[in-house]
Amino acid sequence: MSGSRRIENWSLTVITFAGAVLWIFPLYWAFVTSIRSEDRVVSDEAGLLPDEFNLASYIDVVFNTQLLNWYLNSIVTSAIITVLVIVSGMMCAYAISQMRFPGRRLLYGIVLASFMIPSQALVVTQFILMNSLGLINTWAGIILPQLIVPVVIIVYKQFFDAVPKEMREAVVLDGGGEYTLLFKVYLPLNWGITTALSIITFIMAWNQFFWPFLVVTTENMMTIPVGITQVNDAFGVYYARLMSVALLGAMPVAVAYLVFQKRVTEAVMISSGVKG
Amino acid sequence: MAMLHNRRKHVAIAASLVAPFVATFCLVFLWPAIRMVELSFTAGPLIGEGTWVGLANYKRLLTDNLFYTSLKNNGYFVVLTVVPTTALALAIALAINRLSGRLQAAMLALFFLPYILPVSVVTMIWTWMLDFQFGVLQPVLAFFTGKPVPVFKNPYWVMPMIAVVTIWWTNGFNVLLFIAGLRNIPQELYEAAALDGATKRQQFFRVTWPLLWPVTALVLTLQLILQLKIFDQVYLMSGGGPFNSSYVLLLMVYREAFQLNHGGYASAVALILFVIIMVVSVLQFQVLKIGGRR
Repeated sequence: MSGSRRIENWSLTVITFAGAVLWIFPLYWAFVTSIRSEDRVVSDEAGLLPDEFNLASYIDVVFNTQLLNWYLNSIVTSAIITVLVIVSGMMCAYAISQMRFPGRRLLYGIVLASFMIPSQALVVTQFILMNSLGLINTWAGIILPQLIVPVVIIVYKQFFDAVPKEMREAVVLDGGGEYTLLFKVYLPLNWGITTALSIITFIMAWNQFFWPFLVVTTENMMTIPVGITQVNDAFGVYYARLMSVALLGAMPVAVAYLVFQKRVTEAVMISSGVKG
Repeated sequence: MAMLHNRRKHVAIAASLVAPFVATFCLVFLWPAIRMVELSFTAGPLIGEGTWVGLANYKRLLTDNLFYTSLKNNGYFVVLTVVPTTALALAIALAINRLSGRLQAAMLALFFLPYILPVSVVTMIWTWMLDFQFGVLQPVLAFFTGKPVPVFKNPYWVMPMIAVVTIWWTNGFNVLLFIAGLRNIPQELYEAAALDGATKRQQFFRVTWPLLWPVTALVLTLQLILQLKIFDQVYLMSGGGPFNSSYVLLLMVYREAFQLNHGGYASAVALILFVIIMVVSVLQFQVLKIGGRR
């Protein structure tokens, strides 16, 4: 490699690195703010570097807001959504991929089309429906409209299509039915994609704002993304506390991402059809 | 006879497998969609019966200035986000793709991380950074404009700023798609091009760009649909103001239905948004497909 090429390569790497540092600055700044005292946050001496390690605002938001309630609501609803979406999606995809029944093509057509349906445009009548079912301010009310995730079916169908037919025959000869095939053969063969899809479904459910914001009106039933905006209203411009509650709200998904980084990356690529 | 029996059993098992999805779909998608059309022809409140008014809601829509303002703002927001985020994501993906191993994974993680944050976390952080009095970005704005700017209270700044925040939040997803696309391009093509004496620039325009086009088209389409549905960031950062300069269609649906109790009128607006998104996404997909074939 020639000298000028090497300099070019190095400078490109440095620029990329600088870009990444700038990109992550808002999160850094939120953290620095959160470990300062409220007085320090708005004082003139507050510089760009962390100069205090004050956890007062974290303690304050944990004990003086309904944060723990919001965590509970978010964890329960996101977990139930994930399990139901994955199981129902897997079952539906298996039938479409491996079985012959009237309406199969129509059903897959609907799944593909509902990929494009903007569910946000349905909220008015979804709210009316939930109200008539008596599900306003309940976990079930938060969960139900979030159960349609067509991409899970599309991805599973692709993976089930690719399973070699010989795998079926052994089970069928032993007298195993379709449910046995699905849960004893097709699912174990596709654990990788199942984990990946579960993680992104959970993250998406956790981050959902619009629907929980509409269907929940009492503070103790709110999920994290909706609840933390109440702190904004209650505290006004107490930014150390606002940043503490924001970071606490983001932590579970941020940790999940950093731990399962490879799986998340894979799931995003596969579910958008760029990598199969 | 046994065959027929088996066939019936097969269909029954298939039905039991698809039932959970189909039942939920009918309950929370199909039924609300049908009810939305129905409701848009009535003068009903959000909860309760309304009288049939035919096309009155749609006629009113055509003379409602707020509807045109929202439509225009939706369009403006699309212009501010879709192409810029696609171009930025491509540049970042190319930069990351040059790196390898741990450094590459680390850089990708840094650019992707904002995407997995809840929207309210994102808006809280940026509202703080852009705070008129104490925001850390105000000196930067002051450097360019000569004085601090209350960005979410200024009709010229509000939409571009929401666009910046949105791009910061969602760009990682697009970067990831481009990286997957770049990895799918066979390395031999670059080697062959280099042997033929192609410069880096020629390699990009003759190899990378055409082979990456399907991914670019996908990113553009997904972004267009996503940005037409904007609500969260606007509601949380500017509430549609100032002077309705960031009022968008979904915000109009929300206000009419949940604050003004106009269920019928809100349904009409929602139905228009629904149709716009469907039509635009089908059209854009077709156009981009043709562009890709050339």
